[in-house]
Amino acid sequence: MSLVLVKEGIFNTVQDLGREGFRRFGVNPAGTMDRAATRLINILLGNDENEAVLELHFPSGEIHFESDATLALGGGDFSPAIDLEPISNWRVVSVTKKSTLRFTSKLKGERTYLAVKGGFKIDQWLGSKCTNLAAAVGGVDGRRLRLGDRIEFSSETGHDRVKKRPSVSTSLIPHYSRFPTVRILAGAEFDCLTDQSQETLFDGTFVVSKNSDRMGFRLQGERLSLHSPIEMLSAAACFGTIQLLPDGQVIVLMADHQTSGGYPRIAHVIERDLPLLAQLAPNDKVAFHQVGIVEAEALLLEFERDLQLLKAGVELSNG
Amino acid sequence: MTTDEIPRIFPLGNGALTVEFGRDLSVSLNESAIALANYFDANPFAGYIESAPAYASTTIFFDVPLVRRSCPDYQTAFDAVKHMVESILPMCDIATTVEGRHVEIPVRFTEVAGPDLSIVAEFSGLTEQKVVDLFLSVDYRVYMIGFLPGFPYMGEVDERIAIPRKTSPRLRVPKGSIGIGGRQTGIYPFDSPGGWQIIGRTDLYLFDPVKRNPCLLEAGDTVRFVNIDG
Repeated sequence: MSLVLVKEGIFNTVQDLGREGFRRFGVNPAGTMDRAATRLINILLGNDENEAVLELHFPSGEIHFESDATLALGGGDFSPAIDLEPISNWRVVSVTKKSTLRFTSKLKGERTYLAVKGGFKIDQWLGSKCTNLAAAVGGVDGRRLRLGDRIEFSSETGHDRVKKRPSVSTSLIPHYSRFPTVRILAGAEFDCLTDQSQETLFDGTFVVSKNSDRMGFRLQGERLSLHSPIEMLSAAACFGTIQLLPDGQVIVLMADHQTSGGYPRIAHVIERDLPLLAQLAPNDKVAFHQVGIVEAEALLLEFERDLQLLKAGVELSNG
Repeated sequence: MTTDEIPRIFPLGNGALTVEFGRDLSVSLNESAIALANYFDANPFAGYIESAPAYASTTIFFDVPLVRRSCPDYQTAFDAVKHMVESILPMCDIATTVEGRHVEIPVRFTEVAGPDLSIVAEFSGLTEQKVVDLFLSVDYRVYMIGFLPGFPYMGEVDERIAIPRKTSPRLRVPKGSIGIGGRQTGIYPFDSPGGWQIIGRTDLYLFDPVKRNPCLLEAGDTVRFVNIDG
């Protein structure tokens, strides 16, 4: 009841929805970059939505199944195939012992996710299975997956005998794009930007730079400036915080962000739109659109309701 | 929102809010921040995730759907949590502060352990021995833990040796290194990139993942460095 990485990928880790509750000790939540994809495929399989998944970048290597398994893929589309048979994202797929999962080309997005029914058997650290690369703990030995790594399934995993196979309806799948408009909330220091810089933030186009990773995306665009320099004490930052760097460029903090920061917080990407950002690659573009807290919460609750509907549908079809 | 409102409460994205008690480095602002975080840890509300105290602020993380369900009278979860904070703030101000622990940290100030000691000496116009003596002469308050798991932000370093951070950070600072960045000092819990001026090193584990409470230090603790070679 396991899978083995028989060909190493460029950057594969075990993730879940993150390690909450230890920010005051400097332990960042880490967790998956695309939370929507992670939750959707776990729900599809009847798993707890916080169950661990494999986060794969392209090239993703090859995954060999040492036993029958039921799985789902979601997030970026890397044209997955079981042996030579193409399979689709956002569906429940059954594979037999000795099958191999490969990814032939990157069609959409930057990260794809693999979940198995029943979940992965991985020790929790501070209540989570996700990999914390900074502290080198969690997941598989706190590191990226390597050739030959074997990950066991939890005992309840097996071949799915259910006839009716639920899939995620297209309305629930984030509208991934290479140039999305993501919605942002003004940050505590937004008013410290000059009027012109405020306009630039909303009218400008920003390019994801090569110096972008799971910690943060550096964006290149017209430089932004403050009315006057501000002295800041370090304070908490979160996934989606947009900070203004001293050189006038901005960085969006992503899943592996530090718990605290001392740069002006000019805005925050709303939770609903973080998956759109999470699927961007260097040289992709992004534009920002301002919303208020009322709208941001309404968008979040709308998605939560849709997830609950999917969950109910999956439970029904599983009898 | 007026900026002179004290404390200032603002959203940190749509799942958290920050209570900013002030903008200055001060023990009493830091005590307020820690007291508020401790209050919510001891008295969590429905949907409460955690609090992260910083120098002069505390950020409260919450689950929006859960807060909305338990506080249907508010237009947003942000409003509901803001209201809770405002109602308990008067109590936090008078709350007797939890007494932090006193922790001694053994340090080596050799050339290998403290590669920037000579730079600090040059900056201050003092001998390396005098730099070390000044560094050892004060007790440091742990204001917050951040940057890396277990990394303590401590103050305040004697003005004479308060050298600014490096303009270009080192790619690898060894685990246990003690650095100065202006009036602040900190200890690197892991090998990591870092811009502080490294003056010594400790063998203590600042962060031990196998321990139930993995951090050696917590916000509010007091640290005294001890020279183990001298």
